[in-house]
Amino acid sequence: MEKLLFYCFAAILLFAATMVITVRNPVRAALFLVLAFFTSAAIWLMLHAEFLAIALVLVYVGAVLVLFLFVVMMLDIDLVPLREGFTRYLPLGILVALLIVVEMIAVLGVSNFGLEQVEAPQVDESVSNTRRLGLLLYTEYVYPFQLAAVILTVAIVAAIMLTLRSGTRKKQDAGQQVKVQKADRLRVVKMASEQTKSNKASDQ
Amino acid sequence: MIEGLLHIAPIIGKILLIVIILMMAVAYLTLAERKVIGYIQQRIGPNRVGPRGLLQPLADGLKLAMKEVIFPAKSNLYLFVLAPVMAIAPALAAWAVIPFDDGMVLANINAGLLYILAITSVSVYGVVIAGWASNSRYAFLGAMRSAAQVVSYEIAMGFALVGVLVAAGSLNLGEIVMAQQGGFLCWYWLPLLPLFVIYFISGVAETNRAPFDMAEGESEIVAGFHVEYSGMAFALFFLAEYADMILISMLAALLFMGGWLSPFEGIPVLETMFVWVPGIVWLLLKTAMFLFIYLWLRATFPRYRYDQIMRLGWKIFIPVALVWIVVVATAKVFEWTPWFSQTGGI
Repeated sequence: MEKLLFYCFAAILLFAATMVITVRNPVRAALFLVLAFFTSAAIWLMLHAEFLAIALVLVYVGAVLVLFLFVVMMLDIDLVPLREGFTRYLPLGILVALLIVVEMIAVLGVSNFGLEQVEAPQVDESVSNTRRLGLLLYTEYVYPFQLAAVILTVAIVAAIMLTLRSGTRKKQDAGQQVKVQKADRLRVVKMASEQTKSNKASDQ
Repeated sequence: MIEGLLHIAPIIGKILLIVIILMMAVAYLTLAERKVIGYIQQRIGPNRVGPRGLLQPLADGLKLAMKEVIFPAKSNLYLFVLAPVMAIAPALAAWAVIPFDDGMVLANINAGLLYILAITSVSVYGVVIAGWASNSRYAFLGAMRSAAQVVSYEIAMGFALVGVLVAAGSLNLGEIVMAQQGGFLCWYWLPLLPLFVIYFISGVAETNRAPFDMAEGESEIVAGFHVEYSGMAFALFFLAEYADMILISMLAALLFMGGWLSPFEGIPVLETMFVWVPGIVWLLLKTAMFLFIYLWLRATFPRYRYDQIMRLGWKIFIPVALVWIVVVATAKVFEWTPWFSQTGGI
């Protein structure tokens, strides 16, 4: 039963991943990426990595890809020029792809990560997955963890600084907006009444 | 095979029970909304169908079911059909981990709170896909607004929930409720008051309800993302929105208002007087209170301006939540009684 489910999810994952790179419309590609992430979360869940699976859905599906879609939807990409050099660069592309596949097999292949080389981890089912992960992150790996957080913060600050051009942006100052009084916006003008055309017509 | 079926049958029965009760609750929440807002505006509200208008939701449902579902000619048909499904599926799936009473839960998983956060964050896809697939300017603007808004408020909401799980020392919703035992003043609304306010307001924004209903904004973008939908397809968006409202209200009751715990716990005479009331009644009463606040907000406040929504989320809620998490963590370390006295066993 578990095997059957795994093959189901694996098939869906492979299908979605293939669609991401073959489908023409970028929005549909992003949506297939959503499906791919969701299915890999399901596979992780089957491996009892519940925290990682839920975090994958929460971070990638729930936040990153929403922003991704947000950008892709607003771009009106013309696909024809993108496909112009396809046949010209095809041999080079195949070469690079082959190299990457060979490298990955050399590093991540069965000889290094097979079931014979790496034992299945001993899982203590009495402690929850989340708690175990937290304990590891905040004791053994606390410095790498904090370092990663600092690097991410630096990246955020850098990204904001790149787009923040002072002077050209329109700003809303909520404090000033709240303080506005009637006298700042409205001027009541006293003037004598005038005879309008319709009044004149009725007078005559 | 037979054994497998016997194992699955009670689960399916429970799922059906939850979904049917939820759908009835949604139907009558729409009536309650019209009645409550009616009385706030000194009107009577619907009172024609059935005694005092009580059959109005059935009439509404029948009307929507009979209507034709129109597919715009230049829409993306697959995604156009998929969008309402993407809206309603997470709204229902989130109910799997909600405990209604001590032990009365469909799936008692350890990372329950995280699961809810993940599933509700998926619900934005319904709106985004609907807006894009409709191939309409209004729908697209609604989808864009909704995507930005939901992602922003999810962060504030996540931080508010971090405060709760630091205080309770658990991600399991049942354990979070049990950690609040000890009476009305021991519930987390008091020590986590800023987070409680942030959570509920973010919840209103997450469900795209007034005064944060930028995604619909009928005065500027007609009806936003569902402008092209009709009949049952529209009804599914409607159901999802109201199911999400009930979910947010019930979570507020569970996380900050002691869930199924009696409010009279620890008060000498009243405690014994109300000891016969089952826990689920208290939970439903608390949920109903939050739902009423939802309707009250809608009848009271005008819609926020878009930049004000973003300002509130990013510049006010997130900093306040961050500061209060530090306060809660400090309180937890020094074990301030009565709220933070229990240390989570490792």
